[in-house]
Amino acid sequence: MSHALDLSAPNQAASWRRRFLQPLMRQRSAVVGLVIILAYVFAALFAPWLATHDPTAQDLGAALQGPSAAHWLGTDSFGQDLYSRLLYGAQLALIIGFASVALGLVVGVAIGLAAGLIGGRTEWVLMRIVDGLLAFPELILAMAFMAVLGLGTENLVYALALSFVGPFARMTRGDVLQVKSQPYIEAARLMGVPTLAIIWRHVLPNVVSPILVQAGMRVSIAILLESGLSFLGIGVVPPTPDWGLMIAEGRGFITIAPWISGIPGVALAILLVALNLLGDGLRDAFDPNTQKDA
Amino acid sequence: MWQATFTKLGQTLLVLLLVSVASFSFLKLAPGDPVTIMLGSDYSKASYDQLTQELGLDQPVIVQYGHWLANFVRGDWGTSYITNQNIFELAVFQALPVTLTLAAFSLLIALVIGIPTGVMAALYRNSWVDVLATTLAIGGNAFPSFYLGIILIWVFGVGLGWFPTLGFVAPWDDFWQGIWHLALPAITLGAWYVGLIARITRSSLLEVMGQPYIMAAKARGEPGWRVVWVHGMRNVLMPLVTVIGLQLGGMLRGAVMTEVVFALPGLGMMITSAVLNREYIVIQAGIMLTGVLFVVLNLMVDQTYQFLDPRLRRRK
Repeated sequence: MSHALDLSAPNQAASWRRRFLQPLMRQRSAVVGLVIILAYVFAALFAPWLATHDPTAQDLGAALQGPSAAHWLGTDSFGQDLYSRLLYGAQLALIIGFASVALGLVVGVAIGLAAGLIGGRTEWVLMRIVDGLLAFPELILAMAFMAVLGLGTENLVYALALSFVGPFARMTRGDVLQVKSQPYIEAARLMGVPTLAIIWRHVLPNVVSPILVQAGMRVSIAILLESGLSFLGIGVVPPTPDWGLMIAEGRGFITIAPWISGIPGVALAILLVALNLLGDGLRDAFDPNTQKDA
Repeated sequence: MWQATFTKLGQTLLVLLLVSVASFSFLKLAPGDPVTIMLGSDYSKASYDQLTQELGLDQPVIVQYGHWLANFVRGDWGTSYITNQNIFELAVFQALPVTLTLAAFSLLIALVIGIPTGVMAALYRNSWVDVLATTLAIGGNAFPSFYLGIILIWVFGVGLGWFPTLGFVAPWDDFWQGIWHLALPAITLGAWYVGLIARITRSSLLEVMGQPYIMAAKARGEPGWRVVWVHGMRNVLMPLVTVIGLQLGGMLRGAVMTEVVFALPGLGMMITSAVLNREYIVIQAGIMLTGVLFVVLNLMVDQTYQFLDPRLRRRK
């Protein structure tokens, strides 16, 4: 309650460190996850400089080659350089993963806030839509949206985002209902603070940390779904460098060229493990609702 | 208790209604005019209008929805225009049993491996079993099942030749052949659950073992295995069922991928090929069926609580 005074400008950096960085750093596995993710982010950011080939350049003369000096991780059946594709694949996976979760979060939180704050008939209608969305498993939902929207990277982001709206909306509404009944909201209202300011200054900050924890854990699901859908052929379209597509492409050559699906598969698995470690760490550090495993 | 059950049933019916509205709107949102698709490229205005009328597409959306729902409940789901197959038969009698068999078999494998691992991890805390269980939990939960499936095909199917790599043989036709064909897919899908089950078993057992009634059981001189497996495990069942219920979506997600990797003709395979072929009525049937399945399974999980925990039975 006295935070309002502590949060004056010079202290903000120190307070941020105390509130966010230190609890997270105490989770050792989360730090490991974070380091791995940062390595992936680095690879993704600098993909254009780190890559040795154009990721979509085909060279049928050099198809199905094992790792060599010219192609560090070998080539696929179209003669595309796997190392370069792997780097750009990291870029794509991270962009799709974070973008879809961010979009789903924004829409879901907006719906949840609206439902929780307005109440009445609006709330009923909004929450029934959310119930309808939550009645389906995410993958089935995303597949249905892909069928409606059509294939492609951008549509994949929208489809995944739509399938994440439900959980965010339900969570936000629950938290808002809890916060709404707190005395400090009533106090602000009595003081004549405008509704939007109340939402922005007093409601949002109090619901934000469980939502961000949820978002952190969703990113790994998003990337899993993204690569899975692309693997099924209903996500990103070839020749886009995507890990799911690469794994699918290498499936037919598993006996003669196991590295084609093996390398992107390992890259994907490590990234997902790292994201899960970080997600669990975030949850243990910031979400008061979950108990820590003994 | 009855009142609670009825309230729950009412809520479930509402959600089922929402599922049906969502599935119906899906077909409305789907690109392309169904009449043009059915008529092909060459048609006259008259035949277009006639088919529109026959399909009831000239009527208000609410009426169309009513017709569609009535047909759906009666099992009249239309015919696939690619395979010319009755969609109801395809989805309910062919695809659904495959998916359910795969899911049940995977869950069985996961329980048989996961529970003892979790118990060992709890009893021998910080030993190698504990480390193994934690590693399994993190790794198994994150590892994409489609990739694990490919590895298993490569090692055990192609490399060692122990298991068939593709296809489905119904265990009710030929039990051992069926199990043999399902082994790799079920391990693929089950691997995802093993770690989770082990982790929950471990943490809940640790919590339970500190309870006074455990001490009382020990004081009565009951053998160690009885204390753990009878008094301890009884209270681990609740969180276990909760987690299994919460992860049903993940199970279905894994099942879709696993079916495609191993070419099992289940629901996931059906929906995937329907999306690829742009056969929207098959996708719609698939969505509706998985939605209903998901809701019903969740309801069943909810109802199991009352059997597992006598305290819940008396409260209402």
